[in-house]
Amino acid sequence: MKRQIPLIISFVCGIFMLIQFFIPHPGFISVYRGILNWARIIGVFALIIGIGTLVRLHFRRITRRSPGWFYSVVVFAGLIVTASAGIIGGTRGKLFVWIFQNINIPLDATMFSLLAFFMASAAYRAFRARTLDATLLLIAAVIVMFGRVPIGDFLWQAVAPQSWVDKVPFLPEQVAEWVMSGPNMAARRGIMIGAALGAISTSLKIILGIERSHFASSSQ
Amino acid sequence: MFNAIGIWVAIGLTICVYSFLYKDNPLFKFAEHLFVGISAGYLLAIAYHTNFLPYIYYPLKSALTEGKYREFSVLIPSLMGLMLFSRFVPRYNWMVRWPFAFLMGYSAGVKIPVIMQADIYRQIQGTIQPFGDKSSLWAITNAVMIMLGVICTLIYFFFSRERKGLSGGLSEAGIIFLMIGFGASFGYTVMARISLLIGRVDFLLQNIPFINSIVSNGR
Repeated sequence: MKRQIPLIISFVCGIFMLIQFFIPHPGFISVYRGILNWARIIGVFALIIGIGTLVRLHFRRITRRSPGWFYSVVVFAGLIVTASAGIIGGTRGKLFVWIFQNINIPLDATMFSLLAFFMASAAYRAFRARTLDATLLLIAAVIVMFGRVPIGDFLWQAVAPQSWVDKVPFLPEQVAEWVMSGPNMAARRGIMIGAALGAISTSLKIILGIERSHFASSSQ
Repeated sequence: MFNAIGIWVAIGLTICVYSFLYKDNPLFKFAEHLFVGISAGYLLAIAYHTNFLPYIYYPLKSALTEGKYREFSVLIPSLMGLMLFSRFVPRYNWMVRWPFAFLMGYSAGVKIPVIMQADIYRQIQGTIQPFGDKSSLWAITNAVMIMLGVICTLIYFFFSRERKGLSGGLSEAGIIFLMIGFGASFGYTVMARISLLIGRVDFLLQNIPFINSIVSNGR
């Protein structure tokens, strides 16, 4: 029972979801919507487990007075105030919106903008033109970067002969556009198709019970 | 007043995060932990209003008060959701397989036709369609290059045969396309991060009064 029932559930759900796509009958659509809602409901409990794990981790740090336990208090404060503001006052409540606009958005944007500095140092290591591959990587990245900023066109217009500039005033931008929609697109399509074939084969393995690694966490 | 406090809070937190550029310090850790807590709280509040209330609470309420007994069916997924907690009890942790099996089977079944349509048919269609545009030699050359690029990239990812002869040459060409693609994606991502950085610096310049006055006088 412990092994067979989960495999049957996977098989039945997978096959049903697969065939409902090809049968637009109201009955099938209704069951599809029902299953979609069931997945949402299970998702709520999964989120509670995720947040519960976070709470447990930081609660331990506080009770054991681990180094930096004060920061766990900050996590709790942020969690409790935001969740309470959202649950009690609603997602359009004044305090919830204020927290989102003045704390969440600035922190999110600043954290990601911080990556610009780390990417610059990573680029220095990755882009040293030692091999043909690294050189191609470097050239493509430089072309795209110069094509996306005004200084690219400015330099082109300042350095290139006037007759060339008259013919193609925004060459860096156009070359960057071509790299993005030409070779880059070809590589991305190849990756996308390959990944899609892999995802389909893994999905079939899950439905047929060949792939069972997601059951590994429950070893009993 | 409420808005002014908000701007000062945002300025303070932005500076706290940028202080990491000097070195790891308590101000950055404070901002980082606050971000974790607030993001978790935000997710919880959104899930409460968009999933818990409409899909669990209201159906159960209408089942109990209005006699819509069909709505009791939400108890089945709720029970499966509760089974997720069995992972904390070693003796019963096998029960966690049921909701996992449901979620994995459901998402695997939904994915197959969607991926087939969006990531395979559409991409093949997008690769072949430009051949219809015979308006210029440039358009035809581009179409040929994209098709060659897609084929070479796919051959590079084909591991079931040894790479020698024609397939070896094509997979080498695939690496060239991949490297250009990775470089372009890297450049694109760097520019996205730089634009975020410009946005934050602009925010600081606009909102810190004495810097704002210096910038305004400079203009």
